[in-house]
Order: sequence, then structure tokens, then C-alpha cells
Amino acid sequence: MSEEKNIPESTKYETFTQEEYMIMKDDLLRPIEKIGKAGKIWIAFLTAVFLAGVVAYYLQESRGKYVTTGLRDYTMWGIYISNFLFLVALSLSSVFMSAILKLTNFEWYRPLSRIADVISLSSITMAGICIMISMGRPDRLHHLFIYGRIQSPIVWDIIVVATYFVTCVLVLFIALIPSLSTCKNHLKNLPKWQLKMYDILSFGWHGTAEQWKILKKTVLILTVLLIPLGIALRTVSAWLFSTTLRPEWDSTNFGAYFVSGSALLTVAVMIIAISSFRKLYHLEKYLTEMHFDKLGQAMVLMGLIYAYFNINEYLVPAYKMSGLHANHLLDLFVGNNAFFYWSVVFFGILVPSVLPMFKKMRKPLPLTIIALAVLIAGWFKFYLIVIPGLSHPLLPIQDVPASWKHYTPSLIEMTIVAATIAGTMLITTLFSRFFPIISVWEVAEGKLEGKEEIINYK
Amino acid sequence: MEKEDNKSSRRNFLKLGALGSVALAGTAVVSTISCDDKEKTGKKVKVLTADGKLIEVDSSHVDHHASNDNFSKEEIRQGVEGKKFIRVIDLAKCANERKCIEGCQKAHNILAPIEYIKVKKMQDSELTSPYWFPTMCYHCDNPPCTKVCPVDATYKRSDGIVAMDYDRCIGCKFCMAACPYSARTFNFGRPEQLKFTEEHKNDTSDPNHCTTPFAQEGTVAKCDFCTDRSSKGLLPACVVECPNGAILHGDELEDVVTNGEDTFRLKKLLQDRGAYREFEELGTKPRVYYLPPVARNFPFEDATEAHNTKE
Ligand code: SF4
Ligand code: SF4
Repeated sequence: MSEEKNIPESTKYETFTQEEYMIMKDDLLRPIEKIGKAGKIWIAFLTAVFLAGVVAYYLQESRGKYVTTGLRDYTMWGIYISNFLFLVALSLSSVFMSAILKLTNFEWYRPLSRIADVISLSSITMAGICIMISMGRPDRLHHLFIYGRIQSPIVWDIIVVATYFVTCVLVLFIALIPSLSTCKNHLKNLPKWQLKMYDILSFGWHGTAEQWKILKKTVLILTVLLIPLGIALRTVSAWLFSTTLRPEWDSTNFGAYFVSGSALLTVAVMIIAISSFRKLYHLEKYLTEMHFDKLGQAMVLMGLIYAYFNINEYLVPAYKMSGLHANHLLDLFVGNNAFFYWSVVFFGILVPSVLPMFKKMRKPLPLTIIALAVLIAGWFKFYLIVIPGLSHPLLPIQDVPASWKHYTPSLIEMTIVAATIAGTMLITTLFSRFFPIISVWEVAEGKLEGKEEIINYK
Repeated sequence: MEKEDNKSSRRNFLKLGALGSVALAGTAVVSTISCDDKEKTGKKVKVLTADGKLIEVDSSHVDHHASNDNFSKEEIRQGVEGKKFIRVIDLAKCANERKCIEGCQKAHNILAPIEYIKVKKMQDSELTSPYWFPTMCYHCDNPPCTKVCPVDATYKRSDGIVAMDYDRCIGCKFCMAACPYSARTFNFGRPEQLKFTEEHKNDTSDPNHCTTPFAQEGTVAKCDFCTDRSSKGLLPACVVECPNGAILHGDELEDVVTNGEDTFRLKKLLQDRGAYREFEELGTKPRVYYLPPVARNFPFEDATEAHNTKE
């Protein structure tokens, strides 16, 4: 990498020995070789939830959505779309965290980058599935290709989601190649097919200087690409809403507001992920307290930015209380959804921007709890953006059955949403069972800082 | 004063209403009547020749038009040539009798609680009197619903109608989110609805303007200004059914609207009665105008019960 030359001597680590590298490699590869009982139960649990979602979807499609879902003419999107927005937010992980930090030489980020990439990939995959689930006629998906029109924000969204997905796959996979070769050479007690898979996927990687050069360049280019793409992804899904004439969505602030919210969620999801991997795979040496400390600081920063956009989003229209916005805002501030709204503000904005300011709160356990609260509040925030937005149309809702006025997600909908979240975790977990979740070479390289020796370790 | 131009404009409207069966087919037939190379369908249609005679010919001689039921998809998307359908609703006349709703549901094979036309109780301020306000798809001239549709399943026709192609719609429901008037409904596959569709799937008596006579499960549906009826020279169902003549339907190009009984010069009516459109500030340019509820025909009576509450 070209920027390596600019690193001041003081931040460089000592060169480490071949043995040290072997220990490190063993630590990082260990989770692949043996799956503990807890690990198996966890995978079985996630699979069960995911399959429950598949069954629920089958029921939804075969029995008719009027009986199986709480969706009606007014709230016709429901939690599927809230969940879609949430998953898109998570998929920004890779972009915001790994790309920006990589490009700005935050070396502490090396052990985290693959975790971020996997979360991005798994959540964008599930986000795509979410859109299909909420479609009335999934059997007509191909109409998008036959009749697709570029002026529709939905088509922008599909293009961006697809491009983002492909880029995520590439960036994850290319950076994985050296690790695959490590797996091939050092993992022995594995089924044949798995070794074969490493062999095929490592594409004859030998770690020559030339290969390293190409690899790093490609990863760098893709990383640079991911930043605007990720921002576009998030912004376009905000535009889906803000291009409509509904007062609660009709906001020029929406894109920035979504991007900042996603950045906060991304930090939260990373904290939860590294804290789980650290515990389960005993990676305390690589995912250190320092990481929690840094992520805690990032959380405060993102929380404050998000708070700022929230003020723009709610306080400014609330000040004016113009006729169109009044319904919606009063409902959030003092109406039916007030308790819900204020708890989301408390846990989703106040807690992350204040608590981690204290060093004690940036320790693994408290920070993980904070992150969990932020993540849950984040999901509900999207609920609050989509559902009350839909249930306060410009013309009053009158003379309709009670179930049309108040949306309550049905069991089937909740199962499907749970399944998509389980699916995200399942992909991440399974990935970590087959591939080193911490990039061995990136960590080693981080330790060597610019020394070419890395290429000789196999 | 409205009465004086009644007769002539009504004749005009009837002529325009007859656009399908006689007038337009007549122009189409002139060129084809002599060449006999087309296969006969056996179906006879009445046409008007250039010299004013009404004759019956085989339908194969006539270019597809509103009178023949088999329009091609492309023709449906075009709209009726030379027309600009428009609507005026006289709020002073609406007493919430719900006859328009029932008529509409019958004409479109839809079942309650779905209503393409709804009547809402509105009150502009606490000091003013409430009034009944029929709403439906306004067939906006700058329709947000067509802009957002990813597959062009909802589209604007040349005759001003915003139409739906049920065969194309993928059910993303974005158009429902985009319509500020909540004019669209979705077929969520209610059991009664599915049963009804199944039972009536072969009915051809009163099909919608779309190639499928029923809004399909998983697609969006809405008021279509009864294009099938206007193409046959009939007024939309809600217009006919309204006992108070509150809904006036017509053609902007011919500058005429009628409720089936009285006919008015459109522009004059709008100007004289202080007409307005709903949420003008949104820029959607609805094709439905409202006449303010002044000088009412009857006092406002609150509905003693909500009508449409059955699931
Ligand atoms: S009223 Fe709604 S559905 Fe009808 S054209 Fe306007 S935006 Fe579209
Ligand atoms: S629901 Fe159908 S008509 Fe509406 S925007 Fe989607 S595809 Fe178009």
C-alpha cells in the first residue's frame, strides 16, 4: 500500500518471528477446526428460526395476505419495510467502518474489517429478500427487467442494492484469498470437500510479490468504491420515502439523517459482533479492550451527529407545526406513539451519545449492553418512520374496519422479520465456521507495517 | 342561467359519449368496408357510414375500438382519442347516501370494505359547518403514483385517465405510499374476494377497461373513471347512482360536464361557483374539481353509524 510510507516510525510494530506468526495463525484458524456444543446449538437455533420464517412466508403466500398479515390499505408496507431499512443500515458496516478506517490508516481496525464485511454482505442479502417478501406479486419479479423504468426510486434502489451486493462479495472474497491459502496449508483435520473448497477458492495463490501487489490494489480500489456506493445505498433508501408527498417523509434532511443513523447502528452492530466473537472464539488477544475503547468513542461521535440530524428532522417542523405535519408530530410527541418515540430517542440517541463518553462505559461489557440498546432502538426507529408515517395520511381515515386504522403486525410477519435477522446472523456465523473471521494476513501485516516479510509466511 | 345551455351541451355530451359504438367505428370502417380479405368473426357491429347511414357489418371490418371488447393492450394504454375526462363534485349536494359507493362496487366487481370512492366527513375549522366530501382517484395531471411505479403498471393516458394494468403490477405498493389522496387500494386476497373472483371469472357483461375484469390478488386497484362505461357512451356508475346529482362528469375539451340530468359548461361552472382542487399546493393537478358546500340542499346530518366497518 502506498500510504505505508507515510507512517511515522513510532507507530510501527516490532517485527515478529515465524513462531509468533504461527501462534497467531493457530489462534485465528482454531474456530474453524472445532465447533463447540454451544456453537452447534446456536447454529441449530438460527436455522430453526430461519426455517420458521420460510414456513411463515409459504403460509403468507398460500393463504392470502389479508388473513396472514396485519397489512391493510393504509399501512400497506408494515414491518417488512422497517426491517428492510434496518438491514440496509447494518449493511453499511463495511463501508463506514472498514473502508474509511482503512483509507485513513487506522491500524487498529485491521482485525475488525472482515467481521464488518461479512455483516454487510449478510444484511444486504437479507434486505434484498425483505423487499421480495413485501411484494404483492413476487412471481412477477422479472417485470422489473422487462418493464423497469429508471425514473422510479424503486428501480434506483434495486440497482444500488445489487451493485452494492456485488461489490461486497468482491471486497470480502478478494481479501479472503490469502487466508484461504493459509487454511489450505494449515488446516488438516477437516472433511475432504472443505479442503478442496479452500484449494479451489484460493485460485492458485502463492503469495508472490506480484500477487500481493495486485491484491492490495484491487482491495483498495473496491474499498474506495464502497464508500460512495454505501452512501448512495443509504440515501436512495431514504429517497424512497422523501420523494413522496407525505408530510412525514417529505424532508430534504432524510438522506443525511438516514446515513448518520446507519453510521451509529453500524458502530453498535460491530461492538456486539466483536464482543461475541471475542468471547466465543477466545480472540481476546486480537479483539482487545482497545477496540472497545475506540468503538465507544466512535459511538459518541456518531451519536452526536445523529442527534443533530434528528433535531433537524423533528424540531424544525415541530416549531412550525404546519397543518400537514401536525398530525404526525403530535402523535409522536404526545399522542399514541409518544412513549415509544421517547424511549427510542432515549436509548437510540441519548444513551449512545452520552454514556460512552465515560471511560468506564467503554469496557467490553457495558459497551455491549449499550450497543444492544442502540440496535434495538434503531430497529424501532425505523418502525416509527414507516408505520406512523403511513397511518396519518393527508385525508382522514374514516369509515373503514378497525383493523385498517391501527396496524398490528401479525405473528407471521414477526416470524418472517425474526427469520431475516436470524438469517443475517446465520450467514455471519456460518462464514466464521468456514473462514477465519479475522484476517490473518491483515493482522500480521499490521504488525509488520510495511515490511515485505509478510509474503513469505505461508 | 345554467339551464339555458343545457340542451345543446347535453346533446354534445351524448355525442361524445357515443364515441365508441357509432361515431368512431364509423370513421374506421370507411376504408375497410370494401376489402373483404379479412377473416369473418361472425360478430356484427353497427357503424355509421360517411353519408349518414347506419349499417351492420362484420366486426372484422372494424378497427379495434371501444365498442369491440378485444382491445389490444397498446390501445388501452393510449386512451380514447380526442377526450379529456374531467369531474366536478358539488359538495352542496352530497348527503352521504353512499349510493355512489354501492354503484361503484357493483360496476367493478369489488366487495366492501374496499371502496374506490369514499365519502368523508370534513370540517375545515371548528367555526365552520362540516360537510360530506366524496374522494376517489383524482386522475392527477402530475400524478405522483405513475412517477414512482417501477414497471409502468400505473400510467397516464392521453384522455386524462390514470389507469392500472393489473397484469403488469408487481405489487410493490409504492404508488399507494405516493398518492397523497389515499385513493389506491390493494387486493390482499381477502377470502370473500377470492371466492367472488373465482365465481365471476367468466363474466364479460361489465368488464373493467383493463384486459382482466377483476383486480387481481396482489395488485393495486383504484377508481378508473369507469372507462369501460364512458367508451360505451354511459356515464360512470357513481354519477348515475347518485340520487342528488352531486357528481358531474364530462370532457374538458368539449367544455361540458353532466350528472345525467343537468349539463353545464365546465369553465363557467367552475368560475361561477369558486371551484377548487384538493391539496392544490402539492402540485399534483387533480382532474377533479370541488364546488364549495355553500347554499346546501340539505342541512348536514351526522351519520348515526359507521357504515363500512365489517372486516
Ligand atoms: S389521486 Fe392518487 S392514485 Fe389518483 S392519479 Fe392522483 S396520485 Fe394517482
Ligand atoms: S404496486 Fe403496482 S402499480 Fe403500484 S407502483 Fe408498484 S407496480 Fe406500480
